[in-house]
Amino acid sequence: SGCSPCPPPPPAAAPLPPPPRRLRPFNTLDPLPSSDPDPPCEGSRSPRKKWQVFPGRNRFYCDGRIMMARQTGVFYLTLVLILLTCGLFFTFDCPFLASNLTPAIPAVGGVLFIFVMGMLFRASFSDPGILPRATPDEAADLERQIDSAGCSRPPPRTREVLINGQAVKLKYCFTCKIFRPPRASHCSLCDNCVERFDHHCPWVGNCVGRRNYRFFYLFILSLSLLTVFIFAFVITHVILNPSQSLTLLCTVLEVVVCFFSIWSIVGLSGFHTYLISSNQTTNEDIKGSWSTKRGKDNYNPYSYGNILTNCCAALCGPLPPSLIDRRGLIQSGTPQTVSQSNGTSNSSYASTQLHSNMVGEGRRHTARY
Amino acid sequence: MLGLYRIRPNITVSSKVFIQRDYSSGTICKFQTKFPSELESRIDKQQFEETIQTLNNLYAEAEKLGGKSYLEGCLACLTAYTIFLCMETHYEKVLKKIARYIKDQNEKIYAPRGLLLTDPIERGLRVVEITIFEDRSIGSGR
Repeated sequence: SGCSPCPPPPPAAAPLPPPPRRLRPFNTLDPLPSSDPDPPCEGSRSPRKKWQVFPGRNRFYCDGRIMMARQTGVFYLTLVLILLTCGLFFTFDCPFLASNLTPAIPAVGGVLFIFVMGMLFRASFSDPGILPRATPDEAADLERQIDSAGCSRPPPRTREVLINGQAVKLKYCFTCKIFRPPRASHCSLCDNCVERFDHHCPWVGNCVGRRNYRFFYLFILSLSLLTVFIFAFVITHVILNPSQSLTLLCTVLEVVVCFFSIWSIVGLSGFHTYLISSNQTTNEDIKGSWSTKRGKDNYNPYSYGNILTNCCAALCGPLPPSLIDRRGLIQSGTPQTVSQSNGTSNSSYASTQLHSNMVGEGRRHTARY
Repeated sequence: MLGLYRIRPNITVSSKVFIQRDYSSGTICKFQTKFPSELESRIDKQQFEETIQTLNNLYAEAEKLGGKSYLEGCLACLTAYTIFLCMETHYEKVLKKIARYIKDQNEKIYAPRGLLLTDPIERGLRVVEITIFEDRSIGSGR
């Protein structure tokens, strides 16, 4: 079919079909059964990875291993604040404290610092639990179901589900063309539906959702400890050794940063500890979804009943894998045959192929990030 | 390889059926076992329900909270999650098991009936997509 650099196609009588997982619907317009799906036949273009055609407003780095929101300015501010304060602490305060009190102080400080940075990177760079958008076939199927439900008035775009005895409304997402699972929400900044959406955190430069909530929580918890730690020992240093102007300037800077951080971060840690223990998201808490003010019988159907189970489930439960397969290769379809379409459904095949290839087929990389 | 695709080169996609998620037990991954009418002529109800139920059980196993998952979680936390650079999570192991099960079901049961199950992970765990194939060379769909 016009690919001169390719080897001649095998005899049409018995082509070896690809394994079922990578089987694409045969294009009804192409009479040759050997419509070659291999990228070299498309020309010299190397196969692209799925993150390059990702529909949301995210940024990808390191060939799709790292993903963040579009606006990352505040994240760099967070990094600078932490690195600066810790840098000043280790340079100016730790030598005195290590020699006059105990070397355990910089050691503990170091461990806390590494843990804070690790959790920050994990929360910032991982997939928060983004739900991939519906393939055109799925979207068409849902539209059919929705339209058949309502006649003349606008069709209902909500579904009601009974979860553990509590009625929950599932909303239809017009961007992603899916009915959002319970607790999922569409982030307008990142333009994605995120599972168990908590909030979009500019300090972390990412959404906080099902897959990175525990990292976010551990980040703010360990950061609270680190801030209190630095604050306490800087004060100790100043008391034990009233010193020269340069060190005093650094000390003042550290104290100021820590003081304001403590109020905000410790408060935030406390708030999220409450959310975890009652198994709520920030989103639900703000909207008062499970508040008794809405109704006497209103309760949270996701809570396991006791604080310990709720905490364990949120922090130590199984970590679900990423659903978007960022680093998988796009298996290029044959969109050029759309021009020969003899019906509206055929154009959707090509886009189906392209979209379904983009969303799922041929998962070659298990994305753990 | 599947005999279906070797001996019948003129198959086309007739339609697709989507089995949606069942959220009645919460946010855990579970698919509806309601038998779609489009498959009535192709496969019997019990077989279909058994497939979906087994998938549901496998997903439940992946998301189960218990001693083993807590241990894995705590160990991961203590190693600052670096342990997952060399080890697979329990969820990933079960996903591989599910992929093998679906391949097995396709080869043994669904392909001979002109159907193809798509692994839900390739659709973001939203739906189980069943593609219904038709054989144009024979004339009427099998």
